[in-house]
Amino acid sequence: MEGRFNAIIIGGGLAGLAAAYTLAEAGQEVLLIERGDYSGAKNVTGGRMYIRPIKDMFPDLWKKAPFERGIAHEEVCIESETGSILFRYSGQETAEAPYQSYSVTRAKFDKYFAKQAERKGVSIVTKTRVDDLVWTDGKVDGVVAGGDELRADVVLACDGVMSLTAEKAGLRKPGDPKHYAVGFKEIIELDQDLLEARFNLKDDQGVARLFMGDVTKGKFGGGFLYTNKSSISLGVVIGIADLMNEEPHIPAPEMLELFKKRPEISALIEGGQIAEYSAHVIPEGGYNHLSKLYGNGILVCGDAAGFSINSGITVRGMEYAMGSGYYAAQAVLKAKDSGDFSVNGLSIYKKLLDDSFVMKDFKTFKDVPEAMDHKRLFTYYPELATSIIQKLYDISDGPKGRIIPTVKGMLGFKEIWEIVTKDIRRMMKL
Amino acid sequence: MSEATQVMGLKAKLGLDVFKHDSEFHIRIIPGCEKDPRLKKAILVCPAGLYSENSQGEVELDQDGCLECGTCRIACGSDLLDWHYPSGGAGVQFRFG
Repeated sequence: MEGRFNAIIIGGGLAGLAAAYTLAEAGQEVLLIERGDYSGAKNVTGGRMYIRPIKDMFPDLWKKAPFERGIAHEEVCIESETGSILFRYSGQETAEAPYQSYSVTRAKFDKYFAKQAERKGVSIVTKTRVDDLVWTDGKVDGVVAGGDELRADVVLACDGVMSLTAEKAGLRKPGDPKHYAVGFKEIIELDQDLLEARFNLKDDQGVARLFMGDVTKGKFGGGFLYTNKSSISLGVVIGIADLMNEEPHIPAPEMLELFKKRPEISALIEGGQIAEYSAHVIPEGGYNHLSKLYGNGILVCGDAAGFSINSGITVRGMEYAMGSGYYAAQAVLKAKDSGDFSVNGLSIYKKLLDDSFVMKDFKTFKDVPEAMDHKRLFTYYPELATSIIQKLYDISDGPKGRIIPTVKGMLGFKEIWEIVTKDIRRMMKL
Repeated sequence: MSEATQVMGLKAKLGLDVFKHDSEFHIRIIPGCEKDPRLKKAILVCPAGLYSENSQGEVELDQDGCLECGTCRIACGSDLLDWHYPSGGAGVQFRFG
């Protein structure tokens, strides 16, 4: 680890690997430092990656990528305390490869990506923690890792949602609980034939199921289930502020146990074996709470910058990590051309992102975090929807009422007023 | 491994994960803050259930089984917790993630 590198990348997750891969392909000397035993050792996903926005950035990456299943079926499950409604969307266009999204596990995918990056010429050092930045004349000039000072023209902070590097560089502050959620999940191994039969899957098809309502006990968030080849990723995501403050006070691990006990879940995981339990923080603040993206000699990518969007229906982060890593690499190449790695020279990163799907999406969905921060979405509506369905199907003693009056009877004037004047306006932001 | 439908203790569940020992503590409750009410939030939010309150009303932290998610740091802030990542190659090593 002698000499001076063109770039030092902190963190071998998707953002760091994407940047390293792209820079090495362009002939740059890149050092990537990963604190885990291997890339992916410290990373967690819910489970799925959307690949269309990023596939042309890494054309050679996909053919042998270790995806689990192609997501052919999109499902939403709305839960009240005592019942649930399940939607399943399956379309011709989602039924076969190439799929628009795939279920993945990070240890497998990141390890594969790291190998491809090494083939392009990236030097990867694992089991090494970056302890500090090296500064020269007010510019980041390298890092301190494993007791050594390592120098580079530019440092990329790709060290994840808790980016201590970006904090040290003064580009972000420790997070506010309102703008972060925590996800925790189990990998449950299940016989492959049984899994395919249980979820009605053909071949390499998979399903993504999101849950809202009782799963979070009225707190901001939801549940998720993704089918892998012969396992299920099952977990819960909850806003940290709500987990801290909102009644009922239930410790995080217990929320997952309660979720698993629900009949619609326990039937799916019956006979399965828990293989791993993991947790990770997710940036949920959106556009208005991104970190500063560049400083003197430093760029910030992926979760470190806050690049993840929960739009309610889709929850996306990994392709923004890879996209921002790719554009960071392009910015470094441009800065090298102009010989200017100062805050000025690196500001091109922001321009590149602004013109890309990354920042365009963040701008489009900038009001969503605020719109979603609404307790009625997680309590009233799931309860209302399930009780309407329950009433529609209910045949009790004596005559049955007509459908529309039955539904109307459940919505008093006050409720309709609330929905029309407040909630619809709020939901228009989604 | 353990039957998915049976409730297993959190310690047993964490026992399924691969952890590599670290010679140093990577999270430390800042001395004098053990009784700070804000620290009690860590008991609720930690996905690994590593924070607890003792009979003196002090919050204690057991680092075995830390998933390095950082939720406690976000919930409690750096005034109460001296929070670092474990040394290189130490701590949790996810096999799935």
